[in-house]
Amino acid sequence: MNFKARLGGAMLAAIMSTTSFHGAFAAEDTIKIGVLHSLSGTMAISETTLKDVMLMLVEEQNKKGGVLGKKLEAVVVDPASDWPLFAEKARQLISQDKVAAVFGCWTSSSRKSVLPVFEELNSILFYPVQYEGEESSRNIFYTGAAPNQQAIPAVDYLAEKEGVQRWVLAGTDYVYPQTTNKILKAYLMSKGVKAEDIMINYTPFGHSDWQTIVTDIKKFGSAGKKTAVVSTINGDANVPFYKELANQGIKAEDIPVVAFSVGEEELAGLDTTPLVGHLAAWNYFQSVDAPVNAEFIKEWHAFTKNDKRVTNDPMEAAYIGFNAWVKAVEAAGTTDTDKVLDSIIGVSVPNLSGGTSTVMPNHHITKPVLIGEIQSNGQFEIVQQTPSVVGDEWSDYLPDSKNLISDWRKPMSCGNFNVATGKCGGKGS
Amino acid sequence: MLRFFLSILLMILALATQSVAQSDPKALIDALGKADFKQAEDLLGQIAASADPRVVPALEAFNDGDLYVRKSDGAVFITRASGANLALIDPLSGAAAGEAPKGAMTKLKINNSLRRVLRSALGGLTLLSPDRNVRLSAADAVLRSPSAENLELVEAALAKETDREVKARMEEARAASVLSSDRPVDQKRAAIETIGSIGGRDAISILMSASASLDASLKPDVDRAISKIQSSLAFWDLGQNVWYGISLGSVLLLAAIGLAITFGVMGIINMAHGEMVMIGAYATFMVQEVIRTSAPQLFDWSLAIAVPVAFLVTGAIGLVIERGVIRFLYGRPLETLLATWGVSLILQQTVRSIFGPTNREVGNPSWMSGSFALGGLSITWNRLWIVAFSLSIFFGLLILMKRSAFGLQMRAVTQNRRMASSMGIRTAWVDAFTFALGSGIAGIAGVALSQIDNVSPNLGQSYIIDSFMVVVFGGVGNLWGTLVGALSLGVLNKFLEPSVGAVLGKILVLVLIILFIQKRPRGLFALKGRAIEA
Repeated sequence: MNFKARLGGAMLAAIMSTTSFHGAFAAEDTIKIGVLHSLSGTMAISETTLKDVMLMLVEEQNKKGGVLGKKLEAVVVDPASDWPLFAEKARQLISQDKVAAVFGCWTSSSRKSVLPVFEELNSILFYPVQYEGEESSRNIFYTGAAPNQQAIPAVDYLAEKEGVQRWVLAGTDYVYPQTTNKILKAYLMSKGVKAEDIMINYTPFGHSDWQTIVTDIKKFGSAGKKTAVVSTINGDANVPFYKELANQGIKAEDIPVVAFSVGEEELAGLDTTPLVGHLAAWNYFQSVDAPVNAEFIKEWHAFTKNDKRVTNDPMEAAYIGFNAWVKAVEAAGTTDTDKVLDSIIGVSVPNLSGGTSTVMPNHHITKPVLIGEIQSNGQFEIVQQTPSVVGDEWSDYLPDSKNLISDWRKPMSCGNFNVATGKCGGKGS
Repeated sequence: MLRFFLSILLMILALATQSVAQSDPKALIDALGKADFKQAEDLLGQIAASADPRVVPALEAFNDGDLYVRKSDGAVFITRASGANLALIDPLSGAAAGEAPKGAMTKLKINNSLRRVLRSALGGLTLLSPDRNVRLSAADAVLRSPSAENLELVEAALAKETDREVKARMEEARAASVLSSDRPVDQKRAAIETIGSIGGRDAISILMSASASLDASLKPDVDRAISKIQSSLAFWDLGQNVWYGISLGSVLLLAAIGLAITFGVMGIINMAHGEMVMIGAYATFMVQEVIRTSAPQLFDWSLAIAVPVAFLVTGAIGLVIERGVIRFLYGRPLETLLATWGVSLILQQTVRSIFGPTNREVGNPSWMSGSFALGGLSITWNRLWIVAFSLSIFFGLLILMKRSAFGLQMRAVTQNRRMASSMGIRTAWVDAFTFALGSGIAGIAGVALSQIDNVSPNLGQSYIIDSFMVVVFGGVGNLWGTLVGALSLGVLNKFLEPSVGAVLGKILVLVLIILFIQKRPRGLFALKGRAIEA
């Protein structure tokens, strides 16, 4: 598969390089943007919604007169949940379709797959999903949450408000949970939690038999200290996990579960009555009480012609990313990548929780962290909201990255500047 | 000077509000309307201390999220949905208090720590309820979140209690409350004894959380009680693991049993098998949708209705696939593999287009929710039913194969096609119906799997590998092999999982199977005789 993709990519690149200058002279009456989300395969469950949101945002923007007096045109491709295919499709969008910017990807694997393409062809990607951090690219904007915008505030909430002293870090076995759990473990230990009070557990993708693990959690939780589960369990494995929790009678009052990958969409396939009180940490919930959110939900229902469709956090991140790009393009007066990269830093746009989000020099954004409890209607009740937090790309709690910062403004223009050595480069270079 | 007077004034005010509060739970409940989580906790403590049974409906409504505050005057009401409006009920008297539009009311928020306080308060307040079951769950609630405040309530209730089971539970609840109170040491020692005799994880949990605040002279008693519970748990853990293994095995059996026919008996490498399971699960979803909209009282029967529906739907699809694709490819395994894989992708994308890519909610009927204790084992109802269901499908199929005319023809055709054909059996139709049977059984499996897994277009993919593994390991062509293979893989998996983790456990199982197949290429129960050579 890898070979095929590489061969395909190389061939495409070869064809593109011979035809590219034709395109440059062609009259442009629309501005194209790429939408790179899986519409088939395992990730279609999450990503199809984001494609719909992008189409809606483009439609709304065109109603307002487009950008720079031109209409926007969304070019939708389907990378089919296949990581190498993401790179191939990204190359196609940039070289062949000549899109001004791309909105897409969900998994970290897909983002890592397209990163070199965006750097090589100098285009812009807006990535709308919460991720593990430890990355900063000149060509990527991370509008989802970094670990300090989701995981760490959630743990703080449990420790302060629920008095949790023992922690189960349960996750699916891939890069996002592994890195997040590493950061969380370091963070908890820096707060004085002992190693024997932390249990880390990994399960394969799509794990469906949770009996043993739920029993282990019960066992771990009967040591007389308040216990909580911090779940980075991904996608499809969540429904069987929560069903097993409910059937084994673990209530949120006894052992609360706080999840970073469970939102309104994931709960839609679940009877949430036994789950009331379990938590999730995001930067947005559909239940946010703000006029801008009510407006967004109304548009979304009208666009999908279905008033039962829920909204979720990655949709808000896509909304922020899109509006920030529009504003930056209008400020720069062009869609030229280098000019937009300069003008976008410092751009502030409204987010859906009633405040504003600003694009920071490290290509992450500011946004508040919300903690919500699951309700019986599948929505979240917000029990805590922090002020805006700046996304931190290089975690301060990992020895490898605590000295690194990222600042893409000139003259530094560096994604991994080491403040200890005063040099650009190091991990992730 | 002024400050001094002010503080005196404030003190008097505080005293006054407190005395009002204590005499009048209504004021306390109204105060909930303005309180944040922390203040609400204190208020709930005061409401519970009033020991006024009239507050119970209000607290229950608070727990269920039905307690609202009116924006105009800050009065708190219990509410019921009434069209677009909310019907208001006075929180204490239970009298109807008119209606209000939703916009004029604000819901009182609740979080986990409030829920814990509520559980304990409600437990204490309902200990004297006339309903036996309410008293039992009240005692349970006190036991689960013991607090010194409830001790006197429990003792008062205990004195009046006549029902044996409730009385025993109340004794345990009393013991748990004693441990968190300031009673003398010998009472606490007896309490430790009582908790120790409950056994199980919950007892350990109560003892461990109490032990921090206990007198040092009681430490040996606590340790003894805990180690006694732990040694009996170690024994039950073994049984629990076996049960988990059987239940995982029965899921594997369900997924594989249809394949044991299409692949095992007919020899078709059927990559679309998983999609039949998925379609069966969607059939369950459709049945439940129809029931929800037209006959909600039948909901508990939805699975029983879904079984024949799923069988017929997937069986019919199987028939079409066999007639349309597979019959042209007999004897060409590679082409069959590719063709059925293509079919599986088509089916997946079709379902995705019709039902959307997101999960669909399939409800659990009440008899499949929750768990019960059997000695030290905790057995969940849905797993128990799935074990029973998969075994009954297995034995039903076995009888069909061994005792019916269709089964006889099926075996005859697969063992010696030409001979069967010359005996007058219409082999082509036997093939078609055998494939339809295998697909139909996969569909039935989907009904059961919809209860424990996601109903999404990807459902089938997660089971296809496991299914092939079970059939190959058990021995192709032998139903008993499938049964033994599924159960032993399940138990093996569950014994590896606690020590090496789920990820490595799965890898180890695969490695063991590869080694096993090297030794015995035909699986556990190899077919013997000329049929193999054909």
